[in-house]
Amino acid sequence: MRGRRHLLELAALSAPEIEHLLDLADSFGGITQRAIKKVPTLRGRTVVNLFLEASTRTRTSFELAAKRLSADTLSISGGSSSVVKGETLLDTARNLAAYQPDIIVLRHRHAGAPHLLAANIDASIVNAGDGAHEHPTQGLLDLLTIRQHKRRIDGLKVAIIGDIAHSRVARSAIVGLSRLGAQVVVCGPPTMLPPGIEALGCTATLCRDEAVADADVVMMLRIQKERLSEELFPSDREYARRYGLDSATLRKAKPDCLVMHPGPINRGVELEPAVADGPQSIILDQVTNGLSVRMAVLYHCAGGGEA
Amino acid sequence: MSALVDRRLVLDATAMRRAIRRLAHEIIEKCEPLDRLALVGVRTRGVPLAHRLQALVHEVEGVRPPVGELDITLYRDDVFEGLDLPVVQPTVLPFEVAGRSIVLVDDVLFTGRTTRAALDAVMDWGRPRAVHLAVLVDRGHRELPLHADFIGARIETQRDESIRVQLCEIDGVDRVDLQGRPERRGEDA
Repeated sequence: MRGRRHLLELAALSAPEIEHLLDLADSFGGITQRAIKKVPTLRGRTVVNLFLEASTRTRTSFELAAKRLSADTLSISGGSSSVVKGETLLDTARNLAAYQPDIIVLRHRHAGAPHLLAANIDASIVNAGDGAHEHPTQGLLDLLTIRQHKRRIDGLKVAIIGDIAHSRVARSAIVGLSRLGAQVVVCGPPTMLPPGIEALGCTATLCRDEAVADADVVMMLRIQKERLSEELFPSDREYARRYGLDSATLRKAKPDCLVMHPGPINRGVELEPAVADGPQSIILDQVTNGLSVRMAVLYHCAGGGEA
Repeated sequence: MSALVDRRLVLDATAMRRAIRRLAHEIIEKCEPLDRLALVGVRTRGVPLAHRLQALVHEVEGVRPPVGELDITLYRDDVFEGLDLPVVQPTVLPFEVAGRSIVLVDDVLFTGRTTRAALDAVMDWGRPRAVHLAVLVDRGHRELPLHADFIGARIETQRDESIRVQLCEIDGVDRVDLQGRPERRGEDA
């Protein structure tokens, strides 16, 4: 509540605040290179990872980040929580809050769930993905990875291609990139391109080649088959042909264009394997940076506690 | 100079140069063999001091011990007590710490808490053969059982006074002043 620092959405952060978190994350990157990959900074603090929706990489990344900062961690995932017994999110969170955790990291299928906790629970809340709203730490790690390779964000042309409508990764990326001065163009089949998306600070097109033309970065999104209740495109093959990224399409971008993907990849659907594993792919750097970003975010949120 | 702040020069450029030169000679004498020696500057002002000591050791003995840069922010015991979070700078130790004879270099030794944090930080990089501490100024008032092995100048101070070290590389001038009241928290810790 008062005095707590949260990370709920990139939309709430100014450009200098985003840059500050990226600088912090850069510094934390060094810890991973050392013999003892741990610092005592959050010793005695408790971080609860409350993941009420399936997640492997984000959850493990948050867990490792907390451990590298010497915090005690408690991980609860959907299937093993009382939510399956009918408990409400707020009741679950209040029970956890009774243990006085410093930070609760929440993944939830409904947009706004982290905001609900932030308003009602006395702990710092970090959004690890809420519905189709935002995934701020993914947005930060995307920004960090681009900045490390391009030395800047300002003025870059970034194409984001795929299921824009259902993607919180896209929303955080659009907001973060445009705030730092990038020119963002989103692209996808009409069923996956929500009207009014331009309000977030990007342009939209149905034409993949137009989006990729002269791009500095192409960010491919995963087709989330498990989340789609209806067929939004005729077949994987047709999607790959019209909206996937293959070597021929990538040649339309700038020669040093970077290829990104939040993972896990549907090989042969949104990304041709040769591109996913090619020299322009920085997908594994994204994973490494995810750890540094989450350390920076936990450090940042812990710091505001008593101030 | 403001009349409101009582400020007294305790080391001028010449005195500082002599003090650093003496530190270099003492380090050379005590840290044989020199090929295992590494100088590690504690950010911020320990870093240029470590580079000066490196140049002096090279001038006298012809060997150039490697210099590392240590950021101790994440190891501080007061990291969350201030209002603003300190910026975390990278730590750069471009040599194998294990088996080295390490001289930590800092500008001021005061409570000893910075040194405690620096020791923990170095140990996380490996197991050095030995760690020594070199400081430009020892101003007393220790809160932990630590001492410096090499001391440029001992200065008598009151607990609430502050020592301000300025170095050419950062501040454009070489001098150390004693000020009547603490200027900024953490500056001389």
